[in-house]
Amino acid sequence: MKRTMQCLIFICLSLLLALPALAADTIKIGFNIPMTGDIPKVGESSKFSAEMLKADINGAGGLEVGGKKYMLEFIYEDNEAKAESAVTTALKLITKDEIIAMIGPNSSKQAVPAGQIADDNGVVMVTPWSTNPDTTFDRPWVFRAAFLDPFQGPVAVNYAVKTFGAKTAAVLYDLSNDYSKGLAEIFKAEFEKKMGAGTVKAFESHGTKDQDFSAQLTKIIATKPDFIFVPDNYNQVALIVPQSRQLGFKGEFMGSDSWGSSELITLCGVACYGLSFSTHYAAAGATGATKEFIDRFSAKYGATPDDVAALTWDATRVVLLAIQNAGEITGKLKKDRKAVRKGMEAISSFEGITGSMKFDEQGDPVKCAVVVKITDTGEFAFKESVCP
Amino acid sequence: MLESLIQNIINALQWGSFYALIALGYTLVYGVLTLINFAHGDVFMVGAYIAFFVATFCLTVLGLPGWVALILVIPLTMILTSLVGVTLERIAYRPLRKKGAHRLYVVITALMCGLILEHANLAIFGASRKAFPALIEVQVYNIGGVTFTNLKIAVIVTAFLVFLFLHWVVTKTRIGMAMRAISYDKFAVPLMGIPLDQIIVFTFILGSGFAGLAGLLFAMSYPVLEPYMGALIGWKAFIAAVVGGIGDIRGAFVGGFLLGAVEIMVVAFFPSTFRDLISFTVLLAILTWKPTGLVGIAQTTKI
Repeated sequence: MKRTMQCLIFICLSLLLALPALAADTIKIGFNIPMTGDIPKVGESSKFSAEMLKADINGAGGLEVGGKKYMLEFIYEDNEAKAESAVTTALKLITKDEIIAMIGPNSSKQAVPAGQIADDNGVVMVTPWSTNPDTTFDRPWVFRAAFLDPFQGPVAVNYAVKTFGAKTAAVLYDLSNDYSKGLAEIFKAEFEKKMGAGTVKAFESHGTKDQDFSAQLTKIIATKPDFIFVPDNYNQVALIVPQSRQLGFKGEFMGSDSWGSSELITLCGVACYGLSFSTHYAAAGATGATKEFIDRFSAKYGATPDDVAALTWDATRVVLLAIQNAGEITGKLKKDRKAVRKGMEAISSFEGITGSMKFDEQGDPVKCAVVVKITDTGEFAFKESVCP
Repeated sequence: MLESLIQNIINALQWGSFYALIALGYTLVYGVLTLINFAHGDVFMVGAYIAFFVATFCLTVLGLPGWVALILVIPLTMILTSLVGVTLERIAYRPLRKKGAHRLYVVITALMCGLILEHANLAIFGASRKAFPALIEVQVYNIGGVTFTNLKIAVIVTAFLVFLFLHWVVTKTRIGMAMRAISYDKFAVPLMGIPLDQIIVFTFILGSGFAGLAGLLFAMSYPVLEPYMGALIGWKAFIAAVVGGIGDIRGAFVGGFLLGAVEIMVVAFFPSTFRDLISFTVLLAILTWKPTGLVGIAQTTKI
């Protein structure tokens, strides 16, 4: 009897001692992603990818930091694809959920304002998909896994000039989207530098919620451009391309990485077959670790991962690597966040599934872009790779 | 230049048709109840979704050819959407009216009904967009550099037919006379033996039914559906109805086409960046010049 009591007390005491240790054995990472709003597919892809990575690491006993295993806890918050919600979501993740680092937001429209919050609060933020330079510019706490628009713009220009033999171009972009507007301006400057002033015949804009583009397209078609550059989200592309065909446009289209969602083909259908866009990776024809990721993702979720899924995978792994570089988790939030920031600096080069990358002093990776052509069966097929 | 102009006139007629069809629904309800039914834009969205489900059912489950499906989809969408409108009236507006609530509260109720429709849709069908199936083959015609499609012509013709029908109902039929009488004096009319509630239900059937038709045509012309698609176009159609003179069938029709034309022509002749700025300045100027709208009659109380 006495022995049983002693035993019980011992067990209770050890449990009490173990509790704080158990609590400290998790690492919390926040995901600031769009699960509703304009681009819900983007948030879904990010979440799927992160869940798969979490299952991998927690299944193997956790993430090893300084000789100790920690379980991962991912907190997903919906930013509704709105700039103002991305800011409140970032604040909630940082102050309430006490995350150690943040992944996302995905589009530049949300990543530019949310990056300011992360930088002010001293939390490492890695955006998987944002390509606008302002996201990381002069923000030591903000990083990204994607290439930048000043690099993507020339890729689109060179491909169009080489493949379409284009001499003139037109641009249609979303005025209220930082990403679209920034890329449109870079494209125009680059194309005119290459082909001479005035070769961008029309430079037209529309609003985010617009469904009718007939006036802008009529104006563009009247200038008879060789192709139209459309740095828009896939849902708008699915309206713009068929409408331009109905207005009699027979030329080419060139797109940007925001086209790269599987939903583009569901919404746009046959009208989008044969068009090209620049993006981060091509699923068809991948090899090595990329192929392994694609196969596992397809087996688990029944769909080919789009570029957001692949970039989220890379961005999250970069953060995990930085946490490992930090050496130890002290449980003191401010100190740990600082250590993760140091850990990011310590990464000299990283082999991701979207290619290898090195971070420059702005926190931007130096990596290659690919141009993808939509096949006659609606697949994104690799056309060419362009490296800086 | 002339081709562009004619092309833009066709574009404006098509885009204006949608504003006109939705504005007609606002104006009908306002004309009878002096209630701004802010849920109307979302009833239009529900109409587009109903059309989507009916069309998918006809095409995939029944395996009908596109044009047969279209013949079925038109009446079914209109009936089902008018049921939604009548349900809103029955469970949201009528109880308030019976309690003698001020019009302001009913307007707020309407706003909330619209949000409920949007978010119910979001919760049930998820945030991913729906692609509307092609019911008819879109033919592109080109005459002297001006291109148009059979769908565009159908949309414009439908808008005119709907206007003529509603105008006939309101001005020439007994039920239309009752509608006008209610808008004139809501308290005296039931004393004359005119069934107030039935006339109001009939008004909602007309307004919502044609919102359903507009939803179907919209989904055929712009085949990407999302839960918030009705919000912005609903607001703009309301503005069109006010500019035209709310409460008058002709006003809604003129206002809808006016707003469509202003939006398209501003883009055609100015940088597209200034579209909303210039087009709403023009509408503001019209309202300053004629505060009751183009064909509206001055009333002592308006919301």
